[in-house]
Amino acid sequence: MLRTRTPSLFRPGKVIDQSVLTENRTRLDDINRRNVLRGAVSLGALTMLTGCDVSEIDPVQKALRAVSAWNDRVQETIFRPYHLAPTYNVSQVAKPPRYNAYYPRDQVKPVDGATWNLELAGRIADKRPWTAQQIYQLPEQEIIIKHICVEGWDYVGQWSGPNLRGFFERVGADLTAKYVYFICADDYTESIDMPTALHPQTILATKYAGDIIGDPFGYPLRLRTSTKLGYKNAKWVKAIEVTNDFRETYWSERGFNWFAGI
Amino acid sequence: MSTLTVTPTSRKQHRLHPLPLRIMHWINAVAIFIMIGSGWKIYNDDAIFPFHFPDSIVIGKWAQYGLQWHFFGMWIFILNGLAYLAYGIATGRFRRKLLPISVRDLLATVGDALRLRLGHDDLTHYNAVQKILYLGIMAIGILIVISGLALWKPVQFSGLAALFGSFQTIRLVHFLCMSAIVAFLVVHITLALLVPRSLLAMLTGGPVVDGDRPAEAAPDVKLTH
Repeated sequence: MLRTRTPSLFRPGKVIDQSVLTENRTRLDDINRRNVLRGAVSLGALTMLTGCDVSEIDPVQKALRAVSAWNDRVQETIFRPYHLAPTYNVSQVAKPPRYNAYYPRDQVKPVDGATWNLELAGRIADKRPWTAQQIYQLPEQEIIIKHICVEGWDYVGQWSGPNLRGFFERVGADLTAKYVYFICADDYTESIDMPTALHPQTILATKYAGDIIGDPFGYPLRLRTSTKLGYKNAKWVKAIEVTNDFRETYWSERGFNWFAGI
Repeated sequence: MSTLTVTPTSRKQHRLHPLPLRIMHWINAVAIFIMIGSGWKIYNDDAIFPFHFPDSIVIGKWAQYGLQWHFFGMWIFILNGLAYLAYGIATGRFRRKLLPISVRDLLATVGDALRLRLGHDDLTHYNAVQKILYLGIMAIGILIVISGLALWKPVQFSGLAALFGSFQTIRLVHFLCMSAIVAFLVVHITLALLVPRSLLAMLTGGPVVDGDRPAEAAPDVKLTH
């Protein structure tokens, strides 16, 4: 049963992040109080470093992110690669699924399935792109699993599409690589560890409850894995990259836990 | 390290609250503060009941900060809690101070409380209600960790999660444990402030005791309110 909608971080109410001001309150006070010129110069210099957000250097935030990275390692250790998540009955499936993204539903830009291609990159032998029709020809796997959002809500969904491990074997992906990246049509990025990608309940979903997935839920292709929080399940996927290089993703660079296992 | 003093008979005497216990108590206080404040922030993202916790009393300006604090605080709470349980069992403190609980004691305590004649001149002896509350809050502490583990990893620990029923039931149990801890803290802190000697004892160690008996006999008077 779905609960009443509450204010959601995936549908942000406030647009401008003011947190940098409060986070750096002591630093700003310090600058005002003691050494205006030197302080101003060094803070200015820091902000000019490419890729260095001022909020990133907040010592508290830095420490908390270090703990979060440690928690990633802990989760990798306790992850059981062949342990299956509970599955549910067709009668329990929520129709339609619950919408979630980092913007409101009315801002979803539908992907044109006729011109869409799934691109492959990185440590994959056969990088030829796939059309939607080609993907529909692949053997399908159906999983009826819970979608658990980091916010706390959950619903049972019925997803089907090619198994990711099977797909990777077909295109000759390096299964010993560390990470799988998903680049999405809405500029969202997400990545998962290889053991999760190879989990028996990880699929490239093209259908929900037997029908082609609707536009708000990731048409034509999205990731569905039973062992991660909702936000790891990238929607509107347009490219998959297999790599050994770790890069931050949309939510991890905003401070959410990267591994996000359940 | 506990404070030791030597009596003429060379028998070891201890403070009511030995130093390791005081350290663990205050670490726990900080951990509980972090866990409750950040837990309220996480709750606010998908409220179970028709209310939200005001932004001014939660920890973490944004959802992700609340989550970061919670998954940092959990290590302090769990590791310190395990150390506390191991200490309480190994030193016999739990057995000495919290057991046995007799029905007669309980009735007497409740009776005294109703007549507003509850004695608290002797800090070294817990009445039956205190014993039940301290043991109860430890049980709640264990349950909130177990339900938290099931919430964090409902798939990896699917067997544990299944014991609770649905995912939303686990959230509810976790929330109710928090509510019980908050209720305990209201009573605990109120009483500590009403009897400042007890608060002081948790800072300085309190009266010197020999085993479970106070070394100096407490004045034989009942305080009335």
